[in-house]
Amino acid sequence: MAYDYSKYLRAGKIPHIWCPGCGYGIIMKSLIRAIDATGIDKDDIVLTSGIGCASRLPGYMDFNTLHTTHGRSLAFATGVKVANPKLKVIALGGDGDMTAIGGNHFIHACRRNIDITCFVFNNYIYGMTGGQYSPTTPKNSKATTAPYGNADNQFDIAQLAIGAGATFVARTTTYHAVPMEKLIKQALDHKGFSVVEIMAGCPTGYGRKNKQGSPANMILWQKENAVPANKAKEMSEEEMAGKFAIGVLHEVQKAEYVEAYDAQVGLK
Amino acid sequence: MGKAESINIIVEYCKGCEICVELCPTKVLDMKDFKAHVADLDKCIACMQCELRCPDFAIEVYKKG
Ligand SMILES: Cc1ncc(C[n+]2csc(CCOP(=O)(O)OP(=O)(O)O)c2C)c(N)n1
Ligand code: SF4
Ligand code: SF4
Ligand code: SF4
Ligand SMILES: [Mg+2]
Repeated sequence: MAYDYSKYLRAGKIPHIWCPGCGYGIIMKSLIRAIDATGIDKDDIVLTSGIGCASRLPGYMDFNTLHTTHGRSLAFATGVKVANPKLKVIALGGDGDMTAIGGNHFIHACRRNIDITCFVFNNYIYGMTGGQYSPTTPKNSKATTAPYGNADNQFDIAQLAIGAGATFVARTTTYHAVPMEKLIKQALDHKGFSVVEIMAGCPTGYGRKNKQGSPANMILWQKENAVPANKAKEMSEEEMAGKFAIGVLHEVQKAEYVEAYDAQVGLK
Repeated sequence: MGKAESINIIVEYCKGCEICVELCPTKVLDMKDFKAHVADLDKCIACMQCELRCPDFAIEVYKKG
């Protein structure tokens, strides 16, 4: 049986604005299947985003949604969670949104361990504004703002999240549509701040400039360079060069921020 | 005989990215007038990869049985 996504989509909003072959549609479908699998009521979910192609996602989804300002997805999500901790709060954004302009919000949400599920769509580029390099653009890759190749070192979003104190951190790709769904569900079920970095192809802003071939080729590139977390642990830095670990990378239990705050000020 | 009863391409949603065509393991699909098109239904093994990876909600696989 074909999967029926319509229950979670706002009527009349599809086709979406994303380019032909953009990986974001694949993520949106995995996200819908994962949310459905949690059994959480649609009306108890709040989905926030910043600005960018990734951040257009909540506009298509039939939840309580907040499309905010660039980099501020987590600031709004934090406000919602503190005001009404019973809600399931999901914050998403692109690599630029979450680690450039919104990098400060990102590290401090990790540090606080507030019960929010955060998805960072990593396409290595500022897609929406025409392909400028972002903090995750690989060294030497081309961007409109790096015609000779990018000189900067690359952020590892998952490692950044672990270092800053997130209590669940995972990485997945659009090649792995079904494992992605399972990881998203695990992240949603986790109490505390959870981060899933989702590798997605931007054929228009990154692929073309870096000769990555067709959208399907960009998806196969993910398959070739993704290493399961347990295998990645056994590999040296040289062996992992140009590759990335996928799966659950970090999982611990720690006091959750809203509960800790309430206890601190004598509310509980 | 193939494992799918039918494959439905929603042409108004299809953006012609060819992800489904290139990633189908048994070459069931091809392109016609810049849209995905079912070329040989009998070859379908109902792995669902085209449906899962279509970014545009444009392809639905109905398994037999
Ligand atoms: C304060 C502010 N600065 C700059 C912009 C312009 N801008 C819009 S989206 C964007 C970057 C988007 O990149 P990313 O977050 O990676 O999302 P993508 O489009 O790749 O999904 C920028 C710089 C803006 N909207 N607001
Ligand atoms: S510019 Fe890139 S990220 Fe934005 S919709 Fe197009 S392919 Fe997707
Ligand atoms: S279900 Fe699998 S075999 Fe059938 S058309 Fe889709 S990708 Fe090809
Ligand atoms: S993957 Fe979807 S949008 Fe792309 S060609 Fe196939 S049916 Fe059309
Ligand atoms: Mg981006």
